[in-house]
Amino acid sequence: MSSAEELTPELMLAFYRRLYPFKSIFGWLNHELAPTKLFTHREFAFTLAGDVYLRYNSFKDAEDLKKQVLALNPTRFEIGPVYSARPRDKKTVLAINFKPILRELVFDIDMTDYDSIRTCCSDAGICRRCWNFISVAVRVLDQGIRDQYGYKHLLWVYSGRRGIHLWISDKEAMELTDDERKALVGWMTVIQGGKDVHKKVNVRTGLSPLPPSLQLALETLRTTFSEFVLPDQDPFHSTEGWEALLQLIPHAETVKKLRDDWSDAPYSTSEERWDDFKRIIQKQEKGSRLRKTLEYAAEDIAIQYTYPRLDAEVSKHRNHLLKAPFCVHPKTSRVCVPVDPANIERFDPGRVPTVGQLLGELDKAVADASDKEGQDGGEHRSGEYGFYVPCSYI
Amino acid sequence: MYKVQKKKPEVDIHSQLKYRFRLNFYDKPPLDDIIIEDFETFALDRLRVLAEIETAFVRNSPWETIKKHTEDQCRKYLELGHTTAKTKDLDRERQKDHISHFVLRLAFCRTEELRRRFVKAETTLFRIRYANEDPQELISFLKSRDFDWVEVSSAEIEQYRDQLDAAGGKGSDTFYKVGLNRDAVVVFPEVIGLHQVKWTRVPDLVEKRKVFLKGGMAYVSSKEQSSIIFQSFQAHLEKALELTAKALPRLDEDTRIVPILDHLSQGFLAGGTSEWNNATSANGDEITADMVDDISRKHFPACMRNLHNALKRDRHMKHFGRLQYGLFLKVLGLSIDEAITFWRRGMSTIQDDKFNKEYKYNIRHSYGLEGKRANYPAKSCQQILMNDQPGSGDSHGCPYRHFSPENLQTALLSMYSSQGLTSADIPEIMQIVKGGHYHVACTRVFEITHAKYGIRKDNGVGDGESVTHPNQYAAKSRELELGATKGAVKKDTDGDVAMS
Ligand SMILES: [Zn+2]
Repeated sequence: MSSAEELTPELMLAFYRRLYPFKSIFGWLNHELAPTKLFTHREFAFTLAGDVYLRYNSFKDAEDLKKQVLALNPTRFEIGPVYSARPRDKKTVLAINFKPILRELVFDIDMTDYDSIRTCCSDAGICRRCWNFISVAVRVLDQGIRDQYGYKHLLWVYSGRRGIHLWISDKEAMELTDDERKALVGWMTVIQGGKDVHKKVNVRTGLSPLPPSLQLALETLRTTFSEFVLPDQDPFHSTEGWEALLQLIPHAETVKKLRDDWSDAPYSTSEERWDDFKRIIQKQEKGSRLRKTLEYAAEDIAIQYTYPRLDAEVSKHRNHLLKAPFCVHPKTSRVCVPVDPANIERFDPGRVPTVGQLLGELDKAVADASDKEGQDGGEHRSGEYGFYVPCSYI
Repeated sequence: MYKVQKKKPEVDIHSQLKYRFRLNFYDKPPLDDIIIEDFETFALDRLRVLAEIETAFVRNSPWETIKKHTEDQCRKYLELGHTTAKTKDLDRERQKDHISHFVLRLAFCRTEELRRRFVKAETTLFRIRYANEDPQELISFLKSRDFDWVEVSSAEIEQYRDQLDAAGGKGSDTFYKVGLNRDAVVVFPEVIGLHQVKWTRVPDLVEKRKVFLKGGMAYVSSKEQSSIIFQSFQAHLEKALELTAKALPRLDEDTRIVPILDHLSQGFLAGGTSEWNNATSANGDEITADMVDDISRKHFPACMRNLHNALKRDRHMKHFGRLQYGLFLKVLGLSIDEAITFWRRGMSTIQDDKFNKEYKYNIRHSYGLEGKRANYPAKSCQQILMNDQPGSGDSHGCPYRHFSPENLQTALLSMYSSQGLTSADIPEIMQIVKGGHYHVACTRVFEITHAKYGIRKDNGVGDGESVTHPNQYAAKSRELELGATKGAVKKDTDGDVAMS
């Protein structure tokens, strides 16, 4: 990844003035052409240079928002819920008349939650290889939410560095209470437990098949496990790696056998070790309790190494703020562009344009165009840079 | 709507009853005139049950224990017979249930905290009654209400059989057979256009992945059907309480009712209300001034142990302390003459002259022999907890509430270690105290110090009842001792002499 260009205030201001798609953001939040409470009662929070944080701003329309952004020139801004009164009036209305009422259902997936299972990068790092974890998360969640909850208006947005956000704008999703969000997140949360917990997948009751929500995802997860995790991430190659795997096998005899074998085979790949485990399973009598136990353990392991890891707190509360799409990530200078879930595998976080690149290209395009007939270089041109703007509400 | 089935004897009984069903969703307030005495006594009886439920939750009792305690309490205070029980005055029982629920709504709608606790206790009571409902009656009751669910067609069941099985966690046999209608089994809330309900009707099942979801609809197995009903009961009650809260300012003008409501909601905060006037007759034996010291060591709750020790130590006691302790001793069985002896000896810093002039009068007064000659009851835990907060020179009050944590630990160990309390028990008790559940802490100490009589955790002072009155504590303790020395005691659990 190239080191970030310097984000000067001038660069940011030019970006907001010439490129930021205020009208699209307005249309997406507002759901219709004339401003509604969905926009006018919506909280915007600005982060200014020097970590000044301004909450409870609200605006009449796209133009009003743009004016304020240009005046403040924030390093980024966040979008909160629709309140029962205009957020800018918060100080003058009674507390009981100022409550969050509507909010997109949001999800946040961050690569750092994968540090215990990815081997190519760590911490803030991300590359095309570990992006595969995000890809599979997007596919599983996108499919699961559409199928199980019937929501249709899903917007996936690259978070600018090492993660992805999902915004769901269906009316019913916006109306969910915090308790209902908590229930939904509970349904979606499969990987649970901190560093001290080895087995992070505990979704079965006894020796039973997976709940239906996971059965739908299982095919995708299995494929990812065998085609990406094992050969590419090679998580069981190191002693530490295969010991972590053994922790997840609930049968002492099998564990002992594998440990004995693997202690003498330091160069084996994860695929070879996984085959060793599978061979033991196949040796057990069909339909026996032990075989079932091991088969389910293998399924749970594949899930543990592939299932989306959610930051649950973000999704549970209506008043949580989330960075607006198309903002610029201050560390990478990259623009938080929407991502098409159908082509998520082709998305490369390393090739997302930075502010400087975008402005440079825009200058060039404007120069080219003015050579011909002098068009304006307005917002609509952002389409040329691969931005994907869902038009369902616009 | 309710479908009339083939004529059966039960149907006739139904039609004669004003309250057709044992279970009640409390949609409509009682419209009959209510006499003010019923207003309060019905509510107090219900409150005892709800307070026990709350206490059981605080004590983290397992569901089976909560259920059993609640059933025991209901039998005493809020009996609700099955429709098939022809011998009982079912309408009267159901009316009491109905009225008491609505009175408590008035008392508990007033703060968010009270509403929350009331809803939890009431929903639990409903769940327990639901679990004990006769299957036939339950079907009629469920048919009498619109729960907004539809049965899934068999074609659809076939289509999603695998997923439904997986959601049920077991093989298809059990999944489809448990439930109300033996044949039709899987129900699902409806979707929007079709007058249907969404997954948000069963958030608890969704969170635990116990349903199959498709397009925002939850397919709920009959096994989990009760979840919809309980959620519906709860949501209904929450909404109703908020509406009542808004309407209540008008009620504040009715001066007869407001003090009763205050009393009721306070009672809940202190873990139930209790009058304990019958303990003397129950035990039947008088006690003398000489016996008090010995009895105090074996049978007194911490508040009275503390008062007794303070009197021995200071040889004097201030007004509220004398009042709290004196009335307790009266109900315990100390006659007026013995009381005068006891206090004359105890208050040894006072000259005879002064004692006879001032203190003797007070003692006789508290026995109803002077002044307006009222028979004052002993103070309940609620009164001790809520009224007359002790100042620095006072010894009255409730040690669990009014002592600092350090002093409480020391005091408990010095009072009760001879009866089996050890420092290993202290953290649990302090945890309960920290949560503000003083009567639960006191109950736990009772259990620990009466283990030798076979009292176990969750037994409380008997039948899982928790401490609500110092005299109840002492009487139960003495009963246990008596039972152990004489063999079996023939007494019902209430401490009343069984009538036959
Ligand atoms: Zn990487």
